[in-house]
Amino acid sequence: MRRQLEGSRAVAETVARCRPEVIAAYPISPQTHIVEALSQLTKTGELEPCEFINVESEFAAMSVAIGASATGARAYTATASQGLLFMVEALYNASGLGLPIVMTVANRAIGAPINIWNDHSDSMSQRDSGWIQLYAETNQEAADLHVQAFRLAEELSLPVMVCMDGFILTHAVEEVELPTREQVDAYLPPFVPRQVLDPDEPMTIGAMVGPEAFTEVKYLMHAKQMRALEAIPRIASEFEHEFGRSSGGLLRTYRTEDADTVVLALGSVLGTIEDVVDELREQGERIGVVGLKCFRPYPLDEVRAALGHARRVVVIEKAFAVGVGGIVGQNVRLALSGLPAAVYGVIAGLGGRPITKASLHRVLREGIDDRLGHLTFLDLDLDRVPAGAT
Amino acid sequence: MRQPIKYYQVGSFAVGNRLLDPDERAVQADPSRSNTLTSGHRACQGCGEALGARYVLDAAMRAAEGRLIAANATGCLEVFTTPYPESAWTLPWVHSLFGNAPAVATGVAAALKVKGRTDVRVIGQGGDGGTVDIGLGCLSGMFERGDDVLFVCYDNEAYMNTGVQRSGATPPAARTATTQAVGPEPGNVFGQGKSAPLIAMAHEIPYVATATIADLRDLEAKVERAMGLHGPRYLHVLVTCPLGWGCDASASIRIARLATQSGLFPVFEAEDGDVTDVTKIRRPVPVEDYLRPQKRFAHLFSPVRRDDVIAQVQSRADRNIQRFGLVD
Repeated sequence: MRRQLEGSRAVAETVARCRPEVIAAYPISPQTHIVEALSQLTKTGELEPCEFINVESEFAAMSVAIGASATGARAYTATASQGLLFMVEALYNASGLGLPIVMTVANRAIGAPINIWNDHSDSMSQRDSGWIQLYAETNQEAADLHVQAFRLAEELSLPVMVCMDGFILTHAVEEVELPTREQVDAYLPPFVPRQVLDPDEPMTIGAMVGPEAFTEVKYLMHAKQMRALEAIPRIASEFEHEFGRSSGGLLRTYRTEDADTVVLALGSVLGTIEDVVDELREQGERIGVVGLKCFRPYPLDEVRAALGHARRVVVIEKAFAVGVGGIVGQNVRLALSGLPAAVYGVIAGLGGRPITKASLHRVLREGIDDRLGHLTFLDLDLDRVPAGAT
Repeated sequence: MRQPIKYYQVGSFAVGNRLLDPDERAVQADPSRSNTLTSGHRACQGCGEALGARYVLDAAMRAAEGRLIAANATGCLEVFTTPYPESAWTLPWVHSLFGNAPAVATGVAAALKVKGRTDVRVIGQGGDGGTVDIGLGCLSGMFERGDDVLFVCYDNEAYMNTGVQRSGATPPAARTATTQAVGPEPGNVFGQGKSAPLIAMAHEIPYVATATIADLRDLEAKVERAMGLHGPRYLHVLVTCPLGWGCDASASIRIARLATQSGLFPVFEAEDGDVTDVTKIRRPVPVEDYLRPQKRFAHLFSPVRRDDVIAQVQSRADRNIQRFGLVD
């Protein structure tokens, strides 16, 4: 049934239908509405059986999820921004232990200066944490990706982060078709843990590993995550078969067939970019879009295949590595190594600054004309930067 | 089964006292004890933590009828028991991080509850660093929520695993690698101190107790008592560290006993926030008797005797004795 729902509500109700057994909750904007809704659903009994635990920090939230997952419970939490950073130590632990925890990240900027608005600095900072990272473009996709995330996490025994743009998606009301419990039950089998804390079969989890085996354990993590490159499209395709709509996958292309210029981005900004691309097409430009849905593992071959014929690629991303430049851009360059395509990095939407069609028109025009450098800050107002500081 | 009496272990502190009836004997005297922390681990000679953990876990396993899961903080206990691919644990055991053992234990308990496995009990454990310092937030959260976890702190009064650095549980004047015995005020500062048992009591949780490896029957009894209750419970066990304290490995138990006899480590039980029982000091000793055999306090006696500092330590012991009524 299609309903007008806030993104957070859509995600919460979808998560509830995935039958999580332990939910650890700690408030942080713009994620709060998700755990608030789950708290309500647990209290009314709609989520039985489920333990909803209000913890004292995000570090504890992830730690509770770790304990629960290691004991064989389907575990879920949600966070954003500073909260994600506060649980970083536990993030690496969850992935190192191969625990299939699912977490929503309501993408938000990182301070200082403190800022509650959307960009991708939080999840991008954790791109190497061993978590699979999926990025939602719409509220529908955000909801759907959670169903897929539990499936993926438990199939590979790896944690999955579903990233959705804070406020832009979490607080936006739009039409969403929620998966029914019956559909989810048919699609998502009960959690069968790889290893579990059980007195009937005592096991040591989290031993200390020295130089003689550490490389192999880390290699295994990598190899396991790379298997997601095969699993994600399959799981998305099975989702489409079960639910009758397409969501997720590794990446999505839009009007790229004959494109000289391809814009690559992640998340909710893709809709605006596609509108601008449509208008540029009307002006005769051969331009298309690649929407990256999965950033970790990085679908290098797919990105290369999608972009390989372009003369130039404009990467628009909502985070950057201070001292270098774009993060996604670096990965795109890696995928295109040896190919002649120019890669222009554009950092946009930091701290919630709107990425407008006008700005996109301006920057894409510069891109088409090959007037962009490897790093551009969209709408940067140098008048606000003290003279002599740069 | 009645076993023949052997006169090799007697006295009120003796653990394997076979003069007692079998059902009154210690868990450790039971040949069918669980050996939860089994032999072959890599603890130092005379390690108080290994001794304490062995008694705690075997007693807890007996109380839980073998249905027990442990969540361990990073620290000596974790490192010396689980160098991959070895493990000294015969129970299901998980180590996650330094500061999150109470929260991991909460997660384990929540998973068991949601699965209806009420027969399986949960224990969390760590050293003083993992409990009193870096894990205190998670510990307090676990207490406050009323989670069904027994958390045990093995307190050896410093970060021993990393090479004897000061923790919030390090006593005043003690030399550690980060409170060196140099300058006009050698050793650790005389701060406010941080009593994790009193902090636990402030949460008014069902059970809080302190114990030492000098009275292992008492330790076992407190574990048994704790396991007989539900909700958050806290056990704070003083465990000697011969390496960090600078004492002979063979003196581990004697030093722990001197800690209680001097009044520096009060042994008590509390329920719902109120002290319900105190172990009286039978043979009170001045703190000097406790300080002198430990190299971490050597600077109080040589090259210049620091009567002023010793008196400050004594006043702390006197305060405990008065506060807890340790001496009749």
